[in-house]
Amino acid sequence: MSKLFESASQTAGPYVHIGCVPNFCGISDVYPNDLGERMVTDAAPGERISITGAVFDGTGAPLKDVLVEIWQANSDGHYGNDASGFTGWGRQAGHGETGTWQFDTIKPGPVAHASGHLMAPHITFWIVARGINIGLHTRMYFPEDAAAHADDPVLARIEDKSRIATLLASRADDGMYHFNIHLQGPQETVFFDV
Amino acid sequence: MTDTKGGYMARDWTRQPPALTPRYKTSLTRSPRLAKISLPSTLSEETGPVFDQNMLGPLDNDLITNFAAPGEMALGPRIIVHGHVLDETGRGVPNALIEVWQANAGGRYRHKNEGYLAPLDPHFGGCGRVMTDEQGHYSFRTVKPGPYPWPNGVNDWRPAHIHFSVFGQSFAQRLITQMYFEGDPLIWRCPIVAAIPDRDATERLIAPLDMQHTIPMDAQAYRFDIVLRGRRASYFENRPEGM
Ligand SMILES: [Fe+3]
Repeated sequence: MSKLFESASQTAGPYVHIGCVPNFCGISDVYPNDLGERMVTDAAPGERISITGAVFDGTGAPLKDVLVEIWQANSDGHYGNDASGFTGWGRQAGHGETGTWQFDTIKPGPVAHASGHLMAPHITFWIVARGINIGLHTRMYFPEDAAAHADDPVLARIEDKSRIATLLASRADDGMYHFNIHLQGPQETVFFDV
Repeated sequence: MTDTKGGYMARDWTRQPPALTPRYKTSLTRSPRLAKISLPSTLSEETGPVFDQNMLGPLDNDLITNFAAPGEMALGPRIIVHGHVLDETGRGVPNALIEVWQANAGGRYRHKNEGYLAPLDPHFGGCGRVMTDEQGHYSFRTVKPGPYPWPNGVNDWRPAHIHFSVFGQSFAQRLITQMYFEGDPLIWRCPIVAAIPDRDATERLIAPLDMQHTIPMDAQAYRFDIVLRGRRASYFENRPEGM
């Protein structure tokens, strides 16, 4: 088997919207809609949830040009397009003035892991933007699943337990999950070398 | 067990840009500083969104006409960009979704944050997409983008380039990169290109002119192959039944 080398990554740059969410940036005549803008159909089983947040740089400013993708299991813990039309994949651009984004989705079920343990319900995040040379992988976990977190084989890999908090969303009075990602600083989010 | 797919091979960080590359100034405040947590791929990374050829419009892979008014075409040198999407084991990747974006022939993007004085082309949007065929091949038609200045150093210019976003068969393979053009003297002066620590890895982002696929009296061709991460072969993966 020949061994090739993965192509080198380059930053998505400030104009990533043109290619990935053209309707969002005003190029509305080419594709009928932006891929990933709608993840859930009415038929999809599971608890409807919304997740909002922003990605912050080392000065504490939100990234206004960020593009965030999420990938998650359905409510049964299975990945991939299911019969209900739930895709599991979402893509949103940060708001041009505030940097905030929002995903309307369903809560994923726990997913099997090679160790035989279940992974606690989680959503994979992939973050690209100007100034980010290679897309960043992280995960969001749900605050109500503390018991499952104690047994999660991925969280177990984080030696500094105080950093696990950076992967936990909080649920606010508005009913939404809030999940802020910090690229640097005392609250730097845990990123994974997958 | 008959499963022959193991986890993803570890990323080769000698060929990928680190997060912090000070000559590219924006990376200073947007680079994580703590060590990443090593995560052998799980089902969450070994799966990914699946796209369908049927979602593509007939002009999606033709940037010369997909934004133009009826009967009009974008200005600039007409080119075909084509290539093979493979994984690290050398297998073609079928049904990979490729999204591209670029400046027009004058080096100007159609974007509200764009500040370059070069003019917009009323018949050029700058986005396109295509999916690979059963063997992993793709092609699209566009105009050659112009180089453009950008606010980094006092006098930094981006070499002509096309941005590529690629979905393979899993989220672990997700890749965004840029294609450069053979012979462009700006490539080796660019702080974004220079973020890549390996010369060979950089050269593989430079598409050669491909006279064989040029269409006489119509369009030049450039070849750009893309390699996505590959999985280890494994007949004895310790997986629960049904995985
Ligand atoms: Fe660019």
